[in-house]
Amino acid sequence: MAEPLLDVRDLRTEFHTDDGVVKAVDGVSFTVAPGQVLGIVGESGSGKSVTCLTVMGLNDPKFAKSSGEVLFRGEDLLKASSSRLRDIRGNEIAMIFQDPMTSLNPVHKIGRQLAEAVKLHKDVSTKQAYARALELLKAVGIPRAERRIDDYPHQFSGGMRQRVMIAMALVNDPDLIVADEPTTALDVTTQAQILALIKRLQEDFGSAVIMITHDLGVVAETADDVIVMYAARIAERGPVRAIFNEPRHPYTWGLMGSLPRLDVNVERLYQIPGQPPSLLNPPVGCRFHPRCAFAMPVCREREPVLAVAAHDPTHEQACHLDEETKAREAATLVASLTAGAGA
Amino acid sequence: MIRYLIRRLLWAVVLFIAVTFVTYVIFFLVPANPARIAAGQSATPERIREVEKFLGLDQPVYVQYFKFLKRLVTEGSLGFSFTTRQSVNEQIFEAAPVTASVVFGAMIIVLSIAIPLGIFSALRPRSVLDRVSMVYVLIGISLPSFWIGLVLSYFIGFKLGLTPLSGYCEVVSVPEASVCGGLVDWAYHLVLPCVTLAIVVAGTYVRFVRAEVMETMSMDFVRTARAKGAPERTVIRTHVLRNAMLPVVTMVGMDIGILLGGSIFIEAVFGLPGLGGLAYKSVQTFDLPTLQGVVIFGAVAIIVFSLVVDLLYAWIDPRIRLT
Repeated sequence: MAEPLLDVRDLRTEFHTDDGVVKAVDGVSFTVAPGQVLGIVGESGSGKSVTCLTVMGLNDPKFAKSSGEVLFRGEDLLKASSSRLRDIRGNEIAMIFQDPMTSLNPVHKIGRQLAEAVKLHKDVSTKQAYARALELLKAVGIPRAERRIDDYPHQFSGGMRQRVMIAMALVNDPDLIVADEPTTALDVTTQAQILALIKRLQEDFGSAVIMITHDLGVVAETADDVIVMYAARIAERGPVRAIFNEPRHPYTWGLMGSLPRLDVNVERLYQIPGQPPSLLNPPVGCRFHPRCAFAMPVCREREPVLAVAAHDPTHEQACHLDEETKAREAATLVASLTAGAGA
Repeated sequence: MIRYLIRRLLWAVVLFIAVTFVTYVIFFLVPANPARIAAGQSATPERIREVEKFLGLDQPVYVQYFKFLKRLVTEGSLGFSFTTRQSVNEQIFEAAPVTASVVFGAMIIVLSIAIPLGIFSALRPRSVLDRVSMVYVLIGISLPSFWIGLVLSYFIGFKLGLTPLSGYCEVVSVPEASVCGGLVDWAYHLVLPCVTLAIVVAGTYVRFVRAEVMETMSMDFVRTARAKGAPERTVIRTHVLRNAMLPVVTMVGMDIGILLGGSIFIEAVFGLPGLGGLAYKSVQTFDLPTLQGVVIFGAVAIIVFSLVVDLLYAWIDPRIRLT
């Protein structure tokens, strides 16, 4: 494997609230290679967004404390000065946010907001910055970009605004793009367009992408590698094919089993019973055990460590179940999911 | 835009009629006879009746109101005082600049205190500065303006002798008998009244600016600006302030309109011949035309400034269109 672009080691982020300490990210490690697309999947509150905000250094320093290492080309961002972080943000690492409706400043024209991103990092004239902005607006497929560059955000639809946000992220040709649920706030047809756009631009620009989502479909379409997060920790990790063909963690099974399908009529969609745990006071042992159909006594006592699966050295999972049961359950699940679709 | 202005003007006319009519009705509901006061203490009943007839008070309310409207529309005149027979237009014309000087002067001080203080408090919540400013806000809101005025007047004006105790000086057209005049004297006499009014008003503004800035700071687009790598100073200046100032503009406009109606306490403490004092005197002497004049001036001021606010708002916030 090539030298990683981003190497996150044992990242922990806690928020100090009035109710106590919330461990939003609790010992997460992963790497992103240049040009790689890493999908991070999980429910709301599983720590996927906070992981990325921590990488970006965008948590409120008054409440958030982080430890571990976030090595970007070998430089620890957690130890970097705020001015060094500002140099990196928007330049080498850019971010696309979840809600395009509120992520643009309503009182400035979009051209100005894009040009601002250019001028913050490059010593260019305003005219050159606008030229670059226009170039990107065209690249993300804004029709009549020459005219629309002088429009305000409220004159754009949600999908178009997300295109503007993507243009803004790409404007300085970053090496890493962090996309925090970029399609969640959009309607389904727009989602597909935006995903295709991100995928295409990612290939054109050669940027690595961290794609945060709760939607397995998004991951299947875009990611090379997948991390499944549950309650601030990594439950399973591996190449996208491995995760979808041979899932090894009961939580991943639950996520896959709850996908809606067009080819099968069901009364109700499958759902994982119970609620995600409170991170103020997470369950002892395996954090998933209260909701797990396969829970054993050991799950209540000992927390499973992320370990390499026997059948595949690139595939890691944190579960006490024996390999045989996992292989059997995974095969049954995958078979049932592909029964209709594969025919 | 033109249609918007026309609609606003039509509304202004409706508002104007409502305000003046209410003033008329209230005035006649009060069981007192303005003619009796105008005629003097020892006037005979016949004399009072003559005065009534002279002032038009013997006619029904609606006739009087209609006459008042007619004179206003055809001659542009607000009539003549019941007690002094002075033209109301002239009285207002003399008093309004006094009040306006105090109000605008105070507003400038208010904004130059409240905007920086509010922003710093919002950026460093619970810091020493924030706590100090909150104490100040409490003082400003709780203490009555006349008390603050008297205290300032006593210490700064009387004890330290830094400012005049009271009075007003004309800038232009200084009367010959007057002891002072010109720009410097004018400003010198206005310092204390403006500061007093500013202290009272600024408290609310500090809180308001602080709340608006804090709210804007938590917006998604502010996070976007940070994610672009913008330094905090730029984030505040280009992304937070303009959005946070939108509601402040509304408040300033409305308050200027309201304050222009006259601030009786400040004018009384500092002996300023402004609209507040004029209104107070005309209520005491049941001088309907003068009172009506002040009310109309106040109403027009509010109408004009709320229009100015709306135009400004549309200019600052591109999402708003005047249609």
